[in-house]
Amino acid sequence: MEALISFEKTQEEIKSGRIDCVGIVKHYLNNIQTKASLNAFVEVYEEEALTRAALIDQKIKAGSAGKLAGMVIGIKDVLCYEGHEVNAASKILSGFESQFTATAVQRLIDEDAIIIGRLNCDEFAMGSSNENSYHGKVLNDADHERVPGGSSGGSAVAVQADLCLVSLGTDTGGSVRQPAAFCGVVGLKPTYSRISRYGLIAYASSFDTIGIFSKNIADNALVLEVMAGADEYDSTVSQKPVPSYSTLLALKKKTKVAYIKETMDSPALQPEIKVAMQEKINALRSAGHEVEEVTFPYLDYVLPTYYILTTAEASANLSRFDGVKYGYRSAQTANLESMYKKSRGEGFSEEVKRRIMVGTFVLSASYYDAYFTKAQKVRRLIKEKTEDLLSTYDFLILPTTPTTAFKFGEHSGDPVAMYLEDLYTVQASVSGIPAISIPIGHDKKGLPIGMQIMANAFKEADIYAFAAAVSNLK
Amino acid sequence: MLSPEIRDKYTVVIGLEVHAQLLTKSKMYAPDSTEYGALPNTHISPITLGHPGTLPKVNKRAVEFAVKMGLACGSEITRHNIFARKNYFYPDLPKGYQITQDKGPICIGGEVHIKAKDGLERSVKLTRIHMEEDAGKSMHLAGEVDTLVDFNRAGVPLIEIVSEPDIRSSEEAYAYLVEIKKLVRYLDICDGNMEEGSLRCDANVSVMLNGAKEFGKKVEVKNMNSFRNVQRAIEFEVERQITAIENGESIASETRTFDATTGTTASMRSKEDLNDYRYFPEPDLSPVVISDEWLEAIRAEMPSLPHALYTKFTKTFGLPEYDAQVLTDSKEIALYFEELCGLTDNYKAASNWMMGPVKSYLNELTLSIDEFPIRPKGIADLIALVDAGSVNFSVASQKVYPEILKNPSASPLKVAESLNLIQESDASSLQPIIDQVLAAHPDKVAAYKAGKTGLMGMFMGQVMKESKGKADPKVATQLLEKALS
Repeated sequence: MEALISFEKTQEEIKSGRIDCVGIVKHYLNNIQTKASLNAFVEVYEEEALTRAALIDQKIKAGSAGKLAGMVIGIKDVLCYEGHEVNAASKILSGFESQFTATAVQRLIDEDAIIIGRLNCDEFAMGSSNENSYHGKVLNDADHERVPGGSSGGSAVAVQADLCLVSLGTDTGGSVRQPAAFCGVVGLKPTYSRISRYGLIAYASSFDTIGIFSKNIADNALVLEVMAGADEYDSTVSQKPVPSYSTLLALKKKTKVAYIKETMDSPALQPEIKVAMQEKINALRSAGHEVEEVTFPYLDYVLPTYYILTTAEASANLSRFDGVKYGYRSAQTANLESMYKKSRGEGFSEEVKRRIMVGTFVLSASYYDAYFTKAQKVRRLIKEKTEDLLSTYDFLILPTTPTTAFKFGEHSGDPVAMYLEDLYTVQASVSGIPAISIPIGHDKKGLPIGMQIMANAFKEADIYAFAAAVSNLK
Repeated sequence: MLSPEIRDKYTVVIGLEVHAQLLTKSKMYAPDSTEYGALPNTHISPITLGHPGTLPKVNKRAVEFAVKMGLACGSEITRHNIFARKNYFYPDLPKGYQITQDKGPICIGGEVHIKAKDGLERSVKLTRIHMEEDAGKSMHLAGEVDTLVDFNRAGVPLIEIVSEPDIRSSEEAYAYLVEIKKLVRYLDICDGNMEEGSLRCDANVSVMLNGAKEFGKKVEVKNMNSFRNVQRAIEFEVERQITAIENGESIASETRTFDATTGTTASMRSKEDLNDYRYFPEPDLSPVVISDEWLEAIRAEMPSLPHALYTKFTKTFGLPEYDAQVLTDSKEIALYFEELCGLTDNYKAASNWMMGPVKSYLNELTLSIDEFPIRPKGIADLIALVDAGSVNFSVASQKVYPEILKNPSASPLKVAESLNLIQESDASSLQPIIDQVLAAHPDKVAAYKAGKTGLMGMFMGQVMKESKGKADPKVATQLLEKALS
């Protein structure tokens, strides 16, 4: 349905009376059913969404509807929604129902968004291909033999395949941007602490952000402005006021942009991505923007830093899944120790166990300084160097991924090759700054290519305006 | 038993780790109630249970309580507080880690004043005081195969008070704990009940030859549920360690558990089996910054403390150390007494009233001073009545005081008057009674004059009888002596 390509169009259609919320929900339910083989949704809240749609239709008639009335949203299976199951795509949380709603999700509901279902992802948001899910793999709708990216693969595909208008993912090291690039949609990772993490099942607490998938910049901006801001349940969330991003989408001046030499010169970079980037750089220059090449000497260190710190935090964050209070408990237990070992051994996948082991190792007394302390120092260096570049330039641009979507199984034998998929996205995660991936073309196989834009912390409004300008470049 | 000669060759080195459960209404990082004794698993929000997606939030009141303890001990207060995760698996630990403080505890250094065995005052240095959360309770019920867990206690705020290895005997350890308990109760931050577990103590004990440069191997002793048991456990440990060394054995660094029924300690685990707790900074909590304003506001809430009151009572009020010790035992008594001393100058009499009639009334009815019916003004009036010579102490305490207890708003003077208890100290009104008594006993007068001065008591008794007990004994004695000379 052409009308539902943006929220603005959707609202026009509702206003004109050509469609109502119930009709919109039916449209998406139909698509979800038709494209069930993509395995994007873990659970569809069919009746609930229809009931809410009817209620919101009444509110629209009464003139009392919220600003997201008519927006249909899917949420990643790591976000809590009271009375609904949430599994983090893991056996260890099979059957677990949340007793509260994530702050970000609640704010969407309060503005009359309709939550249509729960989206597949990599287990505990650990992965770059969505092949690591208790719910099974998710297919990229651009090529069903290829991965959608991860960890928020289901969320990316849901927007790509028109299964909902907007979806929520989470981004710890690229889990929104990389699948957005692979699926040809817009994906934002906001500044760390911009959105409350209350109700987000933690992977690595000092990196985790909720992110937004959309078909366009304006929808993304609107959803961010609803979700962001102070929250009494998260002491780490920023108290900064939230700009009305959706009204700040016009670029006010010519910008100064840098691209990072090391990312463009990397032998791992797929040539077509380099060409697409080069074309955008040329177009930006033609449009009067200043674009320069800069070096970022720490590129080789971002992945090790990221993996040391995130696995350390993850090893503690995942300790609560022990079979004692909730979730999976192995039936084959004889005593306390075997209950722990078997429940966790059977409940977690190999990749999750690998990261718990690595994290436990880097925090152990004998290796703490060599790994954890060192990585914390390098994190600071990376952050300072990135901020230094962003004190000279308004934006840093770089490819979102070294390659376009790869085939299922291509990296599954080699975790390090899989980790390299995140090479270009972890810099923003380590630095805590906002970054967006926008589609900038396709490779020869017709697979989407994404470009990433980074800016200083809390500069989401600038990122949106610039991303909109880049999208409109000829 | 070791011979004193052998024992005296060794120096005992003790450090204590005391956990105090804070009296906040809600938990350290969650809004659940901390009420003691509720039905199992009734104060357990998703945050307490560590449900996925939950985040902790620091209880400001708990921070203030920790700061109060630091101020009371003269510690340096850390302004920029960060928290840490201490990782270990146990069923009563819902998140698989405890949120505590590792580097940068809220209070650094400080000291606790104790009275040593020789009666001299000394101070025990503190290493640190930090904030953390309690764990739940595992329960093994009769007839129940499985272990059950009650998470009500999980997340209740604690402070851990860590002393330097500065304690030299089990008696000092006992005295230290008494002072800690007194302090937390004065500050109203913990009820200090070791039997109920709101105060818990682990002891690190080692021995070394006198004059040795290095401490001996340290043994941690756990599982003592009273001050007396801490003392017993240390006693046993000291004997055990010295005996082992004397026998040429070496001491293993280990954790031992105390058995109160046998009074002995037994090995729990060796240092090799020690958990690696993998402390790292808690990323789910923003630093808690204590501003100057906040610190001053906390300081303004500080009550008078036992050591300061003790000094005031001995130095300013000139009371014996024993009196000051008893009167500062509890904050409520001390504050009552302090108020009383604002209303009378006769501090010793005030102390005698507190330690005598007041305490015996409270003890008899097992009341606290808060439930005592007479305000300090009433006691001050009683003291004034005695000081004015209107009644003597025994009449005041045995006749007037019981009436005031029944009717606290009554004036002691009026009560004494209405009961016709006012002493007769006017010589002119007493003289006729003296004359009457002497005239009635001419033989005894003669005997007295012949040297039987012991008869004075008999004459006094007669005077008292005739005056119905109202004669001022001092004046009556003078008049009798004069008449008999």
